[in-house]
Amino acid sequence: MTKKSFDELYREWEEKTRQLLEQYPEQRERFETLSGIEVQRLYTPKDGTGMEEIGFPGGYPYTRGIRPTMYRSRNWTMRQYAGFGSASETNRRFRYLLDQGQTGLSVAFDLPTQIGYDSDDPMAAGEVGKVGVAIDSLEDMERLLEGIPLDRVSTSMTINAPASVLLAMYLAVGEKQGVASEKLTGTIQNDILKEYIARGTYIFPPKPSMRLITDIFAYCAERVPRWNTISISGYHIREAGSTAVQEVAFTLADGIAYVQAALEAGLEVDRFAPRLSFFFNAHNHFFEEVAKFRAARRLWARIMKERFGAKNPRSMQLRFHTQTGGSTLTAQQPDNNVVRVTLQALSAVLGGTQSLHTNARDEALALPTEDSARLALRTQQILAHESGVTQTVDPLGGSWFVESLTDEIERRAFSYIERIDEMGGAVAAVEQGYMQREIHRTALETQRKIESGEEVVVGVNRFRLEKEPQPELYKLDPHLAREQVERVQALRGKRDGEETARRLAALKRAAEGDDNLIPFILDAVKAYATVGEICNTLREVFGEYQPSV
Amino acid sequence: MNRPIRVLVAKPGLDGHDRGALIIAQGLRDEGMEVIYTGLRQSPAQIVATAIQEDVDVIGLSCLSGAHNELFPEVTRLLKEEGADDIIVVGGGVIPQSDFPFLREQGIRKIFTPGTATRETAEFIRKAVKEREGAQ
Repeated sequence: MTKKSFDELYREWEEKTRQLLEQYPEQRERFETLSGIEVQRLYTPKDGTGMEEIGFPGGYPYTRGIRPTMYRSRNWTMRQYAGFGSASETNRRFRYLLDQGQTGLSVAFDLPTQIGYDSDDPMAAGEVGKVGVAIDSLEDMERLLEGIPLDRVSTSMTINAPASVLLAMYLAVGEKQGVASEKLTGTIQNDILKEYIARGTYIFPPKPSMRLITDIFAYCAERVPRWNTISISGYHIREAGSTAVQEVAFTLADGIAYVQAALEAGLEVDRFAPRLSFFFNAHNHFFEEVAKFRAARRLWARIMKERFGAKNPRSMQLRFHTQTGGSTLTAQQPDNNVVRVTLQALSAVLGGTQSLHTNARDEALALPTEDSARLALRTQQILAHESGVTQTVDPLGGSWFVESLTDEIERRAFSYIERIDEMGGAVAAVEQGYMQREIHRTALETQRKIESGEEVVVGVNRFRLEKEPQPELYKLDPHLAREQVERVQALRGKRDGEETARRLAALKRAAEGDDNLIPFILDAVKAYATVGEICNTLREVFGEYQPSV
Repeated sequence: MNRPIRVLVAKPGLDGHDRGALIIAQGLRDEGMEVIYTGLRQSPAQIVATAIQEDVDVIGLSCLSGAHNELFPEVTRLLKEEGADDIIVVGGGVIPQSDFPFLREQGIRKIFTPGTATRETAEFIRKAVKEREGAQ
């Protein structure tokens, strides 16, 4: 008797299954991921990818991770995004999180800071200290970082349009602590394109915004070499409603635009590209998410090597932060969110993330309480220290399903990038509203599926409770905003106003020319010029972005 | 009433999250209403001016930044000041239930929490507009 070949066995299995299906049909006609990729009943070695496509961790094209040993050597950085009210209030939460074993800081700024308004600007009414901490001047930054050793803690700052101003403040605090800028580690988000696409905290039009970004690249390459100068973000694109494929495609298209802009500004690719970092969402379709991270890594390596001729391996390595998907959190039965967050966080870890933020269960309702913030951090600690998933590199590598999804996501994302190239690149595509429209289309489709029940949201369109539990929520002290307004007004009275004005005037002249603006911004910051004053100075020269919608 | 219900979907304050606002705008259009969307970063005064100029029946406010307790009542206050408080104001976003009573007191007729079906919002609006017509 000869042994049957795999193909024969496979055909027999298919035949048997077909007969079974005549009696017992499956739950759906077609199964698909959230990106609409069809999922087969079974994956077999026939669906496998060549080993050279997959490669080895720590080696091109980095499908399996950017380091050869990954979490066996060092866990991901547990970096919980936090900030609210005043600088001192946030400083207390930071110290609490560090005491609880968090390994990096992540600063959330309030909207006035993110859009370059001082706390007493009429535009800031109602928003001071709400979604993050209010920072008006270097004085606030000093209080925010009081007692935190900047040579030992890495800090991520979610700041985009005024990224240069907040970075300058951080450098100035470092200097006061006696920490040289060469030693500072951290990240500024500094990704303006996705602000136009999905997040909305833009100030200036694309061209001057891109200049500010490449000025930061150039300055940091010289002076702050360990700083991640940008965090090219798919997170918000996904939150605005995109699919996983669109998230990869639009993020990398934005990345291409930044590299292009830096090259055009005369920078050499291997000089700045190693400091580019990325930020992705961890959403609900578990395997698609794992595959997404792997596909993004491989696609970026290819783009950097083949398109931009990078030679330094670090320029090809896509390093990324992940946050679990805020839009998947439900206001209904909020404890269910803990389970969602756990699965999403696991997908990020299996996808090889460098750092992670896990959302708190109550964030569809308010800012997290201290208890929910701690539970979110504990979720990561359980994954890292109890689950055993960190023991081997890329545990899902070689799964026929995951490899096949990785290939498909890469293929589809690349075809989007080709389309964006044809439109003239990401900046042109943003100006034409192309990504915005694509995302809106998908968001509507998702909404339709949820309302029709085709997509199940536990506790919302299935398995609801008659009476919803009402959790204790975080309440912001209403006096904080008032105090912040008084503080910035007092500051203007006590600083050397003439010196501040002189430095702002120098910044304005520089903005009208083409000098690197960062030294001028740093000078202004050190003279206690405020975020609003610096941004208004630049507004006078650059104008403001007007969305087409 | 012969004309379709007119709705202004508005984003007060600095919040940039407009996924919900865009979806509700489209959803209400699909329900046969005429919808104007303000875009981001509108002050309460701008919203009220647009609402009056566009002669809308309803303003839908969306805010995810936690500034609803300041910004929503400012809209209803200005409407009253302009003598346009027959315009029905509803809201949605990241809003804890404990804020609902205060917002209702301030003239916000209804807060729609995340997960509300578009149809439900549309039905509320139709009913509210009809009651108002009856009262006039």
